[in-house]
Amino acid sequence: MAANYLVPLQLKFGDTLRSEEFRDNHRVIVPAEKIIDVLKVLKEQFGFNMLCDLAGIDYLGYPDATDRYGIVYSLTNTNTSERLFVKTYVNDPDPELPTATNLWIGADWMEREIYDMFGVTFSGHPDLRRILLPSEFTSYPLRKDYPLRGFGERHNFEKLIRSEG
Amino acid sequence: MPLEALDPMTEAGADREFLYTLNFGPQHPATHTTLRLILTLDGETIVKAVPDIGFLHSGFEKLGEDLDFNQYVTIVDRMNYISPVANEIAWHHTVEKLIGIELTPRCKYIRTILAELARISDHLLCVGATALDLGGLTAFLYAFNEREKIYNIIEQASGQRFHPSYTRVGGLMADVTDEWIQLIRIFVASFPKVHADVCRLLNRNKIFVDRTKGIGVLTKEEAINMSCTGPVARASGVVRDLRKDEPYLAYGDLQDTFKVACAKAGDCQSRYLVRMEEMVQSIQIIKAAVENLPSGPVNVSVGDKLGIPDKASTYRSIEGLIQHFELFMWNRQFETPVNEVYGANETANGELGFYIVADGGGKAWRARTRPPSFLHFSIFPHLIEGHQISDVPAVLGSLNIIAAELDR
Repeated sequence: MAANYLVPLQLKFGDTLRSEEFRDNHRVIVPAEKIIDVLKVLKEQFGFNMLCDLAGIDYLGYPDATDRYGIVYSLTNTNTSERLFVKTYVNDPDPELPTATNLWIGADWMEREIYDMFGVTFSGHPDLRRILLPSEFTSYPLRKDYPLRGFGERHNFEKLIRSEG
Repeated sequence: MPLEALDPMTEAGADREFLYTLNFGPQHPATHTTLRLILTLDGETIVKAVPDIGFLHSGFEKLGEDLDFNQYVTIVDRMNYISPVANEIAWHHTVEKLIGIELTPRCKYIRTILAELARISDHLLCVGATALDLGGLTAFLYAFNEREKIYNIIEQASGQRFHPSYTRVGGLMADVTDEWIQLIRIFVASFPKVHADVCRLLNRNKIFVDRTKGIGVLTKEEAINMSCTGPVARASGVVRDLRKDEPYLAYGDLQDTFKVACAKAGDCQSRYLVRMEEMVQSIQIIKAAVENLPSGPVNVSVGDKLGIPDKASTYRSIEGLIQHFELFMWNRQFETPVNEVYGANETANGELGFYIVADGGGKAWRARTRPPSFLHFSIFPHLIEGHQISDVPAVLGSLNIIAAELDR
């Protein structure tokens, strides 16, 4: 199953693409600078027409990890129900990826959530703001160096009293 | 966020000063949950809608990295609290996929029955609450009366009505009883009558049809491009149901008992009709599953060293006791592969997926949730723009946004 798109992709983008398999998940690992091109080929030529999920992972302290942030694009072909996971890595100090909103509108909020939780920015995103946390929040809470109980950001929030409001 | 969100008023047209901004929610009865919309209005027509979410954000995914696979089920419960059992089943489905556990046939069937009951419960609330917002109280009461029976069934199995925390890695908290099976048989026999009542109340009701037909139209291409799943996508003609496409649990055995309900129009009425039809199909699945419920254990055997041993074997056998300690002492716990896996279930709202990264220990390194409500709410501005303000409850209701799942 993995072969029919892997060989053409490697021909096109070189051997920097790696393929992994675990249980029924097929993963392709792509360098960050080629991610949009690979996604575009997969969408237009191989029928992966839906971006099912976009997951961010912080690998700080993970066994044998060399890169800090992993971003996983879960693609689905709604006609054949085939799934493919395209993974890329970005690193500090300036984790940045090009946006996938031009390919899938559904990427909009998911990219905002990753920006909110990990601080990975998506260049070209139409509206990259925090989505779940308030805009006054200063940290990125799903990073591994952020403690479970927080840094006490709540005390920094502006207080609005009814009589002043 | 809130201050910036007011800007669209000028974006929508600085020259059109007659536009005004209406703040809808977060504490508004028609939202049903805590979500906020900033609507820019031209008279009663919505020019622009900006959703503002995050009021119920409570860091579930961060907690998922701190709790072990069995503890996190209590948190997962609270995501889509309309059908909590379905969330538990989806979570443990992914954990079992990660560790490589094959469930016993009895456990698969019980989980299938519970997942379908959860689907009915969720759809009943969605249909009932939509009808309530559009002025039909009776359908809401009929629906809630049935949901009460589902709560009784879940209580009979787990001892808890709302947040049962019933599943465990490799099995269930406890086996079901004969009374539970009787309750399900009674429910399966009585449900079609109520379903028919609700259909008669709403399907050809002029007010309901006028307020849902042609409202909030989502085409098939848009549904795919905007990552919609579940009834929202199926109402737009996307023939995709994980129960058929990637059979899990006992759905492989029960393929012949159900069909995938789809519609073409993609409006609020289609989403309502798809949900009504899915309930009928769910009843078929439950009927077949409960009559073919296999006997045998519900948990994987103690010898496999994968699941929690039941109390009898914990107290009465040395293997059970050792296994219990292996899983519950903080420095032992589950052994997981250093790898990552995505698992998804077809829950009532759509595809509920989990992306688990494991580092070999008994906790998830990352427990990413793919919440259907999150993606369905992101299409809301697209659906509502150009419609009247009175269509907001119809579209919100038909998407079935659950804020706890939206914000996690």
